[in-house]
Amino acid sequence: MSSSSRFNPDRRRLLQAFGASAAFAATPSWAASGKKPGQKLGRVVVIGAGFGGATAAKYLRKWSNGAIEVVLIERNKQFISCPTSNEVLSGNRAYESLVHSYDALKKNWGIKLVHASVTAVDTEKRRVKTDAAGEFDYDRLVISPGFDFNFAGIAGYDAKAQEHILHAWKAGPQTLALRQQLVDLPDGGTYVLSIPKAPYRCPPGPYERASQIAHYFKTQKPRSKVIVLDANDKIQSKEKLFLGVWENDYKGIIEYRPTWNVVEVDGDTKIITSEVGDRERGDILNLLPPQRAADIARTIGVVNVNDRWADVNWISLESTAVKNVHVLGDALQAAPLMPKSGHMANQHGKAAAAAIVEILSGREAQPTLLANTCYSLVDDRRAIHVDSVHRYDPEKKVPLVVPGSGGVSKEPSVEEGLYTRAWAKNIWSDVLG
Amino acid sequence: MKRLIPLIGLCAVLAAHAADKPAVAPTTPFPYFVANCFNCHGTEGKAVSAIPTIAGRDQAYLEETLKAYKAGSKPATIMHQLAKGYTDEEIAVLAAYFAKQK
Repeated sequence: MSSSSRFNPDRRRLLQAFGASAAFAATPSWAASGKKPGQKLGRVVVIGAGFGGATAAKYLRKWSNGAIEVVLIERNKQFISCPTSNEVLSGNRAYESLVHSYDALKKNWGIKLVHASVTAVDTEKRRVKTDAAGEFDYDRLVISPGFDFNFAGIAGYDAKAQEHILHAWKAGPQTLALRQQLVDLPDGGTYVLSIPKAPYRCPPGPYERASQIAHYFKTQKPRSKVIVLDANDKIQSKEKLFLGVWENDYKGIIEYRPTWNVVEVDGDTKIITSEVGDRERGDILNLLPPQRAADIARTIGVVNVNDRWADVNWISLESTAVKNVHVLGDALQAAPLMPKSGHMANQHGKAAAAAIVEILSGREAQPTLLANTCYSLVDDRRAIHVDSVHRYDPEKKVPLVVPGSGGVSKEPSVEEGLYTRAWAKNIWSDVLG
Repeated sequence: MKRLIPLIGLCAVLAAHAADKPAVAPTTPFPYFVANCFNCHGTEGKAVSAIPTIAGRDQAYLEETLKAYKAGSKPATIMHQLAKGYTDEEIAVLAAYFAKQK
């Protein structure tokens, strides 16, 4: 290798892409780490087996060739996919297709899967305590806890109101319950969806939901209406595409009101009130409260942005607040234009797994590239997408969208509808298979 | 020569990786960014549905196709946008990697 190539910027960028250090291929990892080949590299505990955590667990095992022991702690017995769950609401997909087993992670990758809830983490002793499965020591901790709702952000949205005013923003029993409310709604009834101020999970998700339910009404209950009350001043993702679909296909069914921030709900009269005193009533209220990193992230001490999200080093995804703790997914203070999506959480999982394999091998973690694709189904056949590629900027120390990359669909298409369903199958397999 | 260096590097990486037996950590870094493609095209590029499998495809075909997407000369629903996020050197790494997957 010529000495001039060492200073070639293209080569430097390539090395970054490889996740390679300057000593690329020259020094065996054990020379730096003090560990000999064949020796175990340590134990990683992963909290949360959603799109982020399950991916991190799988790729830690895969990329360390099994030299890293992985304990994956998840309170739910099965994986339930939020992506494509809006189709269940419209009757275009069977709920069962969202539900997946964790068995392959154990069988294919030798991950120790523990069904329990984490009660505490001692970040000094590096020990995780659970309610039902004892304690686990770790060399590195990965948390992918998702988000929790701030129900207090909407007055009156108390435990009693929550029994029949649903969010269905975490796929599961609420998905089925909201579907049932829609089935039970008489023709001519009104469905109201409220969207919190960004950031929230899945930027295009509410608009996809409005489209799916409008499709259901158009075909089954043509006198019914969808009212979308958005706390933001405009549609947050694929704006022109959604507006086009609503104008062409759901005119007179969907009514969209921007800058409509719900601050109060009356569970008995089903009347909601905005911060400027506007009122609306719905036969079905579907309220999405404001969101924040899940409470366990706060307990562990990684929530350090606006008392709401977790900040990380974007090379390793290690918390900037707590050492040896890596944070993934919706709980993060996102980088510019980076959505809170299952696809992105999967990418975070891979980036963290790569960094931890490098660190435990005695090498330095290197920045990688992160890509996102979010499809939205606008009826029973057609879909639209938004996508982006994010490259770490060494000066700003944050991944930025590569100029010129990414974009949205030209128009809704059946082809993209097929890709949407294919995407779901492939990513479920990539996360869990 | 500038073009060859990355490919030689890649071969070294892949050879080292493939030679490792289970429970032995890789001694050299892996080109982790190839896993960006796994989300839609399946783990190691082996898709399980309508999105095309890229594992085991001809290396030159993969490289030229990605470059054509990047240049905008080959139409697509999404790949013309994603391909613009990668350098030509990275595209060469992706093509070499997926061509080798069985």
